Amino acid sequence: MENEEKNEEKKDTAPQAEPGPIAKSDLVEGTEAKPETAAAEAAPIQPVAKAEEPALVRAAYEHPLPIRITHWVSAISLFVLVTSGLRIFRAFPSFGPKIPEKVLLDIPKSLTLGGWLGGALQWHFTFMWFFAASGVVYVAYQVISGHYRTMLFTPRDIAGVWPMARHYFLFGPKPPATGQYNPLQKLAYTSTVAFGALALLTGIVLYKPVQFSWLAFLFGGFHLTRVWHFVAMCGFLAFIPGHLIMVLLHGWANFYSMLSGWKREPEYQE
Amino acid sequence: MITRLEDKDLKRQSRRQLLKLAPVAALGVFAFPKVSDRLVAAGVRFSDWASGGLFRSQHPAATFSNSEVVPFEKFPYNGYDVLDPEVDLEKWTLTVEGDVQHSGEYKLAQIQAMPKVSQNTRHVCVEGWDVVGSFGGARISDFLTLVGANMGARFLEVECADDYYESIDMASVLHPQSLLCYEMYGQPLDRGHGAPLRLQMPTKLGYKQAKYLETIRVTNVLKPGRAGYWEDQGYSWFGGL
Repeated sequence: MENEEKNEEKKDTAPQAEPGPIAKSDLVEGTEAKPETAAAEAAPIQPVAKAEEPALVRAAYEHPLPIRITHWVSAISLFVLVTSGLRIFRAFPSFGPKIPEKVLLDIPKSLTLGGWLGGALQWHFTFMWFFAASGVVYVAYQVISGHYRTMLFTPRDIAGVWPMARHYFLFGPKPPATGQYNPLQKLAYTSTVAFGALALLTGIVLYKPVQFSWLAFLFGGFHLTRVWHFVAMCGFLAFIPGHLIMVLLHGWANFYSMLSGWKREPEYQE
Repeated sequence: MITRLEDKDLKRQSRRQLLKLAPVAALGVFAFPKVSDRLVAAGVRFSDWASGGLFRSQHPAATFSNSEVVPFEKFPYNGYDVLDPEVDLEKWTLTVEGDVQHSGEYKLAQIQAMPKVSQNTRHVCVEGWDVVGSFGGARISDFLTLVGANMGARFLEVECADDYYESIDMASVLHPQSLLCYEMYGQPLDRGHGAPLRLQMPTKLGYKQAKYLETIRVTNVLKPGRAGYWEDQGYSWFGGL
């Protein structure tokens, strides 16, 4: 037992730990130190182990697999849904009644997907399922795992929003990092969940206004629902450029963490 | 939760976790037009299947008071080709075919002799606009009863004087608000709106509601490549609201 305790100590105090010879001799004799057999075997071969003790890296497993999968499926889905959605909007680029119809926005065809209304609807009706599925899995995972605590914007984050915004946009002093995400990030990420929910619910109404007439009523009717659906898209379009710029500014390790889950040398403690 | 680990372990763990993300790359097949054309068509078929499951055969579409109806002049004329295929209204008959006991030609007067339903309902276009209009006609279900149709058949196919064609799932056809419509705003259908007879179904998108009806057919098997004029080009077949 003594041996094990010493081993624990060694791990905890690395990389500059100096139990060197004592720990090693103990290890070799110890019968219960199986987890460390590799180290024990290595010891006699490399007597100068102390000098070659590998440096340890601080890292955090920030993004569990379900979060990473849903992040990328949502990202791809959003790209398809926005570009095909703009093509659908071109067919009736207005809100409210058919006559008099005012063309509110003439969206260039080059920004759209699907080629024509029917093609765009096919893309939209396919990726709405991917988007809905990834949204449901994402929220369910966040809630069940408790992981949502890292990103959910709560009232006590309100005070931190302005100092962070001042830092980003007005070159103010950088507030100390308190957790995985700062208050402004929490606000942004929580907003995207809200936009996603709004996009899905209004989408259901636009797709099935008769079967979900009660939901249409909650959104203020068919015409207003179309507006809310558009608002949800605008929310994403407001979020995405800022998100991409931040990712660019924060470098490879930050971006790679959304692929591998692991972030090297995070800015925060604990 | 910050941990400390050796650089090579971090790299190995990162690689292993990166590989677990590989299935997402399967969405990349959508970047190839030949594949994606078929995949998004399959996506629409899946959506149609789900739509059929969501459809409630007795749930009514919203109806509106006379004051909420747009004036007749503002109800848009919409056609895929011509707005007047020059139907000879005097000689016109509706041909009834397929899985029915009394197939043959039916006069407009026979349809008008059935109980008349008048309803102010929303006409929704696939483009995104809608108008609330006033419609009158006979329930399709009443007419199918009259001609002795097999109500257990799966589809109703229709063909039109302007060469438009459609097919509709029987559950939607038998909905109490689905009409063989011969009136708008209390007046006989005018030529632009599909005289003398059109489908009017507030549970369906506008393109399902064929105008200038000439033939209806009760069937279990759709004619290949004849699901509907727009559907054959990519629109959703179910087209339900």
